[in-house]
Amino acid sequence: MSSNVSDFKTRATEKAGDLRHRSVIRTALRSYEIVRDKRKAAFQSWESARQAAAETKWEAVNHLDKHLEALTAKLEARGTKVHWASTGAQAREIIAQILRDKKARSIIKSKAMTSEEIHLNDALEKEGFTVVESDLGEFIVQLRHEPPYHIVFPSMHLTRGEIKDLFLKELGDAPSDSPEELTMVARRVMRQKYITADVGFTGANFAIAETGMISITENEGNARITAALPKTMITLMGIEKVLPRFSDLALFLPMLATAGAGQPMTCYNTMYSGPRQPGEVDGPEEWHVVLLDNRRTELLADAEQRDALHCIRCGACLNVCPIFRNVGGHTYGTTYSGPVGAVITPHLRGLQEWKHLSNASSLCGACTEACPVKIDLHHHLLQNRRNASASQPSFFEKLAYQVFGIVANEPAFWSLAKKIGWLTQPLQRAIKGSALDPAKAWTKTRDLPPQPRESFKDWWSNRK
Amino acid sequence: MDALYLRAGISMVEILERLGHKVICPNEIACCGQPPFNSGYWDEARTIATPVLEKLANAEAIVIGSGSCGAMVKKFYPDLFKGTRYAELAKQVAAKTWEFSDFLVNKLGVTDLGAKFPHKVTFHDGCHGLRELGIHKQPRALLANVQGLQLFEMTEVSCCGFGGTFSAKFPMISTAMGEVKCTAAAETGAEYIVSSDSSCLMHIQGLLSRQGKPTKTISLAEVLNTQ
Repeated sequence: MSSNVSDFKTRATEKAGDLRHRSVIRTALRSYEIVRDKRKAAFQSWESARQAAAETKWEAVNHLDKHLEALTAKLEARGTKVHWASTGAQAREIIAQILRDKKARSIIKSKAMTSEEIHLNDALEKEGFTVVESDLGEFIVQLRHEPPYHIVFPSMHLTRGEIKDLFLKELGDAPSDSPEELTMVARRVMRQKYITADVGFTGANFAIAETGMISITENEGNARITAALPKTMITLMGIEKVLPRFSDLALFLPMLATAGAGQPMTCYNTMYSGPRQPGEVDGPEEWHVVLLDNRRTELLADAEQRDALHCIRCGACLNVCPIFRNVGGHTYGTTYSGPVGAVITPHLRGLQEWKHLSNASSLCGACTEACPVKIDLHHHLLQNRRNASASQPSFFEKLAYQVFGIVANEPAFWSLAKKIGWLTQPLQRAIKGSALDPAKAWTKTRDLPPQPRESFKDWWSNRK
Repeated sequence: MDALYLRAGISMVEILERLGHKVICPNEIACCGQPPFNSGYWDEARTIATPVLEKLANAEAIVIGSGSCGAMVKKFYPDLFKGTRYAELAKQVAAKTWEFSDFLVNKLGVTDLGAKFPHKVTFHDGCHGLRELGIHKQPRALLANVQGLQLFEMTEVSCCGFGGTFSAKFPMISTAMGEVKCTAAAETGAEYIVSSDSSCLMHIQGLLSRQGKPTKTISLAEVLNTQ
């Protein structure tokens, strides 16, 4: 068993039985569901909006080359430097080189999952740069030296009491556990960092091919300051973020806010189209946009699962997923957790190494129902299972299904299997849940139903 | 359903016969092939599913007493047999396959079976029935006409955690999901959890029994077959 799967199982066992964790997450996500439903109802038709969004993303993804070229041309026309990175390592090197060229020491960052994906902070800190996260949730998990728990709510697993203790320990200041006062503490620390930062780093929620703009969505205003104060700005975005037209934002901005956080719109939505132009008084003097592939093109080549590139990273599938809700974000051991993480990680980081995430699902389909851009998430989990079994089957599992097939296809064997089941019930009860019990994975926590002597088929043949 | 939940199967047969239909249960069919299919072993799934297709080819309507097996035949057989010589047959069989409550309500137009079940119940939607087949209103329409029955909906629509082999491969997650389900059901104050899916009921009942909880489980067909 690879260490990925055994680590996953160890963490899952710990979290699934952690009733405090279960209650914190359930409470948070129940409140989310209520506001999300209220905002969904404000759409004339949420279902039509989903369909329109899926079609727009289909168009964007299926003509990705064209849109990326248009985006690049527009960005470059206004003086932005566009870099293409095939791998995470290339993206890290491009960004590090910009920092070296600028003789930068300190970087302020707004939230970017792509930077988590390429482990940017680690790489930059190893080179001696100071990296500060300015999104409050990211700031909190950075203080804890852990990755974000959730792609939209990085510190949702923490209570305000825990955040107070963390601030006291790490910042030496936390007057109370009131969210307002804690935010003021973080704000005082961050304001100093903004002023001294040499480079501002952001992610991107959308990129507009038509106008050559990057759209950033946020609630705290931190991305705007990150982009406005430092002289150099760097934006890292996955190539799938591009939308064809500016008017597409009229749908995608409210949709992202609704699906992601149950908001009508996020508080700040900013479109960036270039560095400071001649005659302008503010904005960065230099802007670099790094386009990241990092195996997204492999997903693009898979016609069956290409729609996974529709993802706008809203987190709606995580929020409704009963697996996510019970094991939590850190259990996955991946940048993108929850259903979408289980679907795309095998493509981004290797099928055999990450197939267990596709197996760790009851295939309930709540994710697919919640996805605002209609990614066929739970069926993609099935396809990952099929692809993984086809390329590297488990000997015992394959054999078990072959034997099962022989039994199921032959009424005499099926009947015999039922008789054995019925006869061995006293034995099953005696060894229930113990090391001897072949069904202990089930019986450790659950009873088996009593098996009646007569089966349905017995009843059916006897009544004639 | 054959070995463990025969009461559900018997109830279906009795209800359909009372409504004047001729019911046939081919002895050769034991399983739809969903366990290997969901585990990714599609060759092995086809081995089991091919004789099922052949046996069902001539039926006028195929009625399945489980949203999960129903989804397998109706939704996934066409995927499973795509590109094989059974592709067309799989589509034909899928088109005439019905989940039991859907068949009663939308094919036969029956919602009142004259059943009496004077209990407080809550209804668990099996995920495959709910999301693959769109079964939601049908069982509720049927339960609304059961005399004495009071339905209390759970505030949380969630999977029971069974998920076939998932329940054995990841028992810790499956159990936690089941506990969330049982808590949601207990919050309604219901005496019975009713469902169209025997496999969900097996999981829920397995947890309830182990934890000594008083809530009971019963299949929709059995409730509808009470007099």
